[in-house]
Amino acid sequence: MTEKTLLQVENLKLYFKASKGVVQAVDGVDFTLPANKAVVVIGESGCGKSSMAKALLRLLPRNVGEYSGKVILNGVDTMAMDDEKYRTNVRWVKMSMVPQAAMNALNPVMRVGDQVAEPMIVHNGVDKAAALEQAKIMFQRVGVPVDFINRYAFELSGGMRQRVAIAMSLVTVPELVILDEPTSALDVLTQANIMNLLKQIKKEIATSFILITHDISTSSELADNVVVMYAGQIVEVSDNHRFFTSPLHPYSEKLMASVPRLRSKIEPDFITGQPPSLIDPPKGCRFAARCKKRFDKCDQEPPTVTVDGHLVKCWLYA
Amino acid sequence: MKNFAKTLREIARYPSAIIGLLIILALIVASIVVIVKIPYNEAITRWRGGEEIWGKNPRNVPPTWINWFRKDKLVETLHLFEEDEDVLVEEIVTDGGTPVKTVSFEFNYEYDTFPQDLVLYFTSTYESKQPFVSVKMITPNEDVIKIGNFAIGRTHTFPINQDTKLRRSLGGVVPVIGLFIEKGDETQTPIKGVYKLQVEMITFEEGSSAQAEFVMTGQVFGWAGTDHMRRDLTLPLLWGTPIALAFGLVASLGTTILTMFIAAIGTWHGGLVDGIIQRVTEINMVLPFLPILIMIGTFYSRSIWVILGATIALSIFGGGIKAFRATFMQIKESTYIEAAKAYGAKDSRLIFRYLIPRIVPWLLPSLVSSVPAYVFLEASLALLGIGDPVLPTWGKTINEAYANAALYRGWYYWIIEPAALLMITGLAFAMLGFALDRIFNPRLRGM
Repeated sequence: MTEKTLLQVENLKLYFKASKGVVQAVDGVDFTLPANKAVVVIGESGCGKSSMAKALLRLLPRNVGEYSGKVILNGVDTMAMDDEKYRTNVRWVKMSMVPQAAMNALNPVMRVGDQVAEPMIVHNGVDKAAALEQAKIMFQRVGVPVDFINRYAFELSGGMRQRVAIAMSLVTVPELVILDEPTSALDVLTQANIMNLLKQIKKEIATSFILITHDISTSSELADNVVVMYAGQIVEVSDNHRFFTSPLHPYSEKLMASVPRLRSKIEPDFITGQPPSLIDPPKGCRFAARCKKRFDKCDQEPPTVTVDGHLVKCWLYA
Repeated sequence: MKNFAKTLREIARYPSAIIGLLIILALIVASIVVIVKIPYNEAITRWRGGEEIWGKNPRNVPPTWINWFRKDKLVETLHLFEEDEDVLVEEIVTDGGTPVKTVSFEFNYEYDTFPQDLVLYFTSTYESKQPFVSVKMITPNEDVIKIGNFAIGRTHTFPINQDTKLRRSLGGVVPVIGLFIEKGDETQTPIKGVYKLQVEMITFEEGSSAQAEFVMTGQVFGWAGTDHMRRDLTLPLLWGTPIALAFGLVASLGTTILTMFIAAIGTWHGGLVDGIIQRVTEINMVLPFLPILIMIGTFYSRSIWVILGATIALSIFGGGIKAFRATFMQIKESTYIEAAKAYGAKDSRLIFRYLIPRIVPWLLPSLVSSVPAYVFLEASLALLGIGDPVLPTWGKTINEAYANAALYRGWYYWIIEPAALLMITGLAFAMLGFALDRIFNPRLRGM
């Protein structure tokens, strides 16, 4: 069975110019996302997860050094579009995002209902009343009381704000929603609530998700596929079952080992050392310096190999 | 609307704000009344008029109300017509068939000083024979002082004080004094009581008639006094109100809002746009503001509206741009702006719906607080002699007072009145502005 490919990313690069040099935040990322699937991108802080999300949505800061590659959405290369076309045809029409720190993603001087209605007004050209009706439906769907639409963001709790941000990302019914650490600032109960909500939405609407997180345990609930990023590169692409039971890449193994387990005496492990500087990344395998399975070949750039249908970038499997 | 009521309730917690607001409201109401009652054209024509409009007023006298604070009461200006209640008109026909009209101008003289001038104005109608008039004054002591007998033309002015014959008959004392004292009184103390100025008018033709009008110009006049051209100062003081408010509000609103928009656009687009705006601002900040306005006033136009435009144009690219920019830079980086960018809001939408609403709490108090600066600026420009040549304003009143050495000659009212109005206006806006600042920036409350 061949799945319809929704998103195909080829050699996506996003470099930033900093005072010390060029930061290679996203350095040649390739992956594909089938329609109506959720892919979880995991990795440590600073490994380029959020930068990748920004690169996908072309939310670039001022100091961009290089921005290249292909982002093919439904067979259309969005990288070839000019800014205005991209703004009107892709953003929120095809691809939306729940930004990192979504708690602050709401305009403090706008009622949350208006805020949720905004993308509808901007893109679908509907009038405010109709957009507000739609916003009400979205509020119900994400489990925020409908009469909250007249409140301001500061009158809502963190979880509520997160739900509102999710409602905002879904209101135009995009094909792909990028969730950039949607649960990072919430307590575990709320986290579970949000994850359940996302699962439910995924079932109800044929939408794909890219969930960016460093929280492996919560991500396991939603993920169909898992993408592991390390130092701006993808080191492993795997499916849900395979990844959580037997990851391939030594970094993935370590990541899994760092997750505390409830009914087991195994102490959580940690990874020694620091992630490498992205200004001057080491030659060869970028994880080599921290890897216990390191051997001679690791000084050279590792190839991406397919093992049982899963991709891994490691000399161990070459 | 609910929010507006809430803001009002909040304002009500600050007594200074209430006082400020009341003063501003009073000034606004006064402005509207003035504009309706004395239309612009009428005000200008009157203000620029000469003797024919202002001739019956005393020259350079303080307002009447200063008598409330004085022991020796100054003479108030008296203006009596035949139709007035206190004026007795008797018409008889003599045995010879000549009609004689006697007009008695009665007035109570309870003052400790002497009037500035005494003038009789006559109007008459006749074919060829002029009416004849004889004038006498009956003092409270029942003394009768003959003032003069003369024939009058169709309009005739008789300045009693300048009559040399009368002066001689009063023993060389000027009539304004001589008529009100005991003859030969060296101390020159006026006799208080009811004086009667009797004018007998004899006409010699069928259908011929004559009317008299009596003016005693005093040492005080009206609510605001008069200037060197006998003009009533209430006119510039009243008309100065709408002008000062309009200038202050328009300049403040125009400058603040335009500055904010330009700063927002510059900050938003960054790069070249921001660079150009910043450089223009820096150059403009170095340029001397006042000399440029003086040059415009000297070489181009002194119209208050031109000066207002120049003020706004020169103030837009000022320090405000830098202050707004600093705040906008901060807001621009917030997550919700990025989120809005992500969902594809246009630049204009982002600027107007996301960036600018955040600055409003800062904007409102500064807008109100900056009004006095522009009100004072207008006055300063007038004082420097580049005020509007046509409009009567507070600043121009001070300027004219200054030009006539008002302080040196003791005409304090001439400067203090417009200055007080300027101060009250400034104070009102400052009081409201400070309160608003506290309401919108709660962090200030602890200070």
